[in-house]
Amino acid sequence: MLFDWGFVLEILPTLAQAAVITIEATVVSFVLALVLGLVFALARMSARPYVSLPVGAFVEFIRSTPVLIQIFFLYFVFPQFGVVIPALVAGVMALGLHYSTYCSEVYRAGLENVPRGQWEAATALNLGPMATYRDIILPQAIPPMVPALGNYLVGLFKETPLLSAIAVLELMQTAKIIGSETFRYLEPITLVGVFFLVMSLASAALIRRVEAWLRHRRD
Amino acid sequence: MNIQQGTVIFLLSFTAGLAVASFAGFRDFIPGLLEGAWVTIQITVMAAGVAVAAAMVAGLARLSSIKPIRWIATVYVEIFRGTSALVQLFWLYFVLPHFGISLSATTVAVLGLGLNVGAYGSEVVRSCIQAVPKGQYEAAIALNMSRSLMMRRIIIPQAVVAMLPPWGNLFIELLKATALVSLITITDLTFRAYQLNQVTLRTVEIFTLVLIVYLALSLLITIGMRALERRFGADLGRIR
Repeated sequence: MLFDWGFVLEILPTLAQAAVITIEATVVSFVLALVLGLVFALARMSARPYVSLPVGAFVEFIRSTPVLIQIFFLYFVFPQFGVVIPALVAGVMALGLHYSTYCSEVYRAGLENVPRGQWEAATALNLGPMATYRDIILPQAIPPMVPALGNYLVGLFKETPLLSAIAVLELMQTAKIIGSETFRYLEPITLVGVFFLVMSLASAALIRRVEAWLRHRRD
Repeated sequence: MNIQQGTVIFLLSFTAGLAVASFAGFRDFIPGLLEGAWVTIQITVMAAGVAVAAAMVAGLARLSSIKPIRWIATVYVEIFRGTSALVQLFWLYFVLPHFGISLSATTVAVLGLGLNVGAYGSEVVRSCIQAVPKGQYEAAIALNMSRSLMMRRIIIPQAVVAMLPPWGNLFIELLKATALVSLITITDLTFRAYQLNQVTLRTVEIFTLVLIVYLALSLLITIGMRALERRFGADLGRIR
C-alpha cells in the first residue's frame, strides 16, 4: 500500500486544527507544572518537617507512577463529586501535576547549587529575603535550570497523545478518528509521528542555542 | 528516590490505600488487578530485555568508525526519542499491517516500548563507554589486546558499572510507560483498573490501589538495581 499524497492533503487541515489543541494543552500544562513545581520545591525545602515530609512523599508518589492513570483518575473522579469539567481540563491538570513533580526537582537542584557563601554574603550585606532572592540567588539559579526545564517541556509535549485516552480531540485522537472512518491509518498516524519528530528536533536545537546563549552571557 | 524513603512512602500510601479501600467490595477487585499486574510485570521484563539489547547495539553502533552504521543508529535514536511512545505503539499496531506485517498486541507492546526505551538507553551506553578513562584503552593496546578483547574484558565491564544507576531510572520509566499498552487492547494493570472503574464507578479506591501497585513495582526495581550496583561494583573492586 502506497503513501497517498492526495489523502494527505485532504486530512492536513483537520490535523492542523488538532495540532493547535495539542500545542495549547502543552503550553497550559507546562505553565501549571512550572507554578505547581515551584510550590512543591519550596515546600520540600521547608525547615518544618510536617511540611517537607508529606510534600516530599507526595512528589515521589506522583513521580514513580504512570501519568496515564493519573489522567484517568482526575477525569473520572471529578464527576463523582458532582463537578463536571471538560476532558481537556482534566487532562491538562493531570499532565501539569505529573510534570510539576519533575520541575520541582529541577528547581530544588538549581537553588541548592547556589553556593552557601552567596546566602551568607547576602545576610552579611543585610539584604532582605526578597532582595536576596531577586538580586543574588535567582540570577545564579535560573540559567542552569533552563535546559533541564526545556527538556521536560519537550517530554510533556510528547506525552500529550495520552489525552486521546480520555477522548480529547488532540492530534492523536483526530488521527485515530480519521483512521477509523476511512480505514487508512498509514497517512494520519505517520503524519502525527512526523509532526512530533520535527517539533522535538526543532526544540532540541532551540534548547541548545538558549544554553549556548546563557553560557555566553555569563562569561 | 532512595530505598528507605521509598519504603516509607510505600507503607504510608499503602495504609492510606487500605483505609480508602476498606469499604465493602474491596476483595472483589483483587483477583482482576493481580492478573493485570502480572501482565504488566511480564511486559516490563520482556521490554527491558529488548531495551538493553537495542541500547547496547545502538550505543556501540554510534561509536563505530564506519559512517553508515553510525547514521543508521542515529536515525533510530532520533526517531524513537523524537516521537511519542504512544504514537510509536499505534504506528506499529495500526500502520504496520498495511505493509503486510501483522504483529500481536503483546509483540507490539514489547517491541515498541523496548525500542523506545532502548533509544534513550543507547545514549547512556554511549556516554558510559566514552567515560572510561583513556588510560584503560592505552593500557589494553599496550598489552597487545585485540579490539574485541579490549571491549569485552576491559572497557565494557567498567562502563556497565557506570550504566547501572541511569538504567534503574530508565526501567522505572519503562514500567510507567507500560500503562500505555492498555490502549492497544492489552489487559494489563491499567486496563483492568479502567474496566473495573467503568463497572463499579469506585474511581478513588481502584485508581489509588493501582497507583500503589505501580509504586511498589518501581520500588522493587530500585531495590533490585541497588543490589546489582553493589554486586558489579564489588566485582570490579576485586579485579582492581
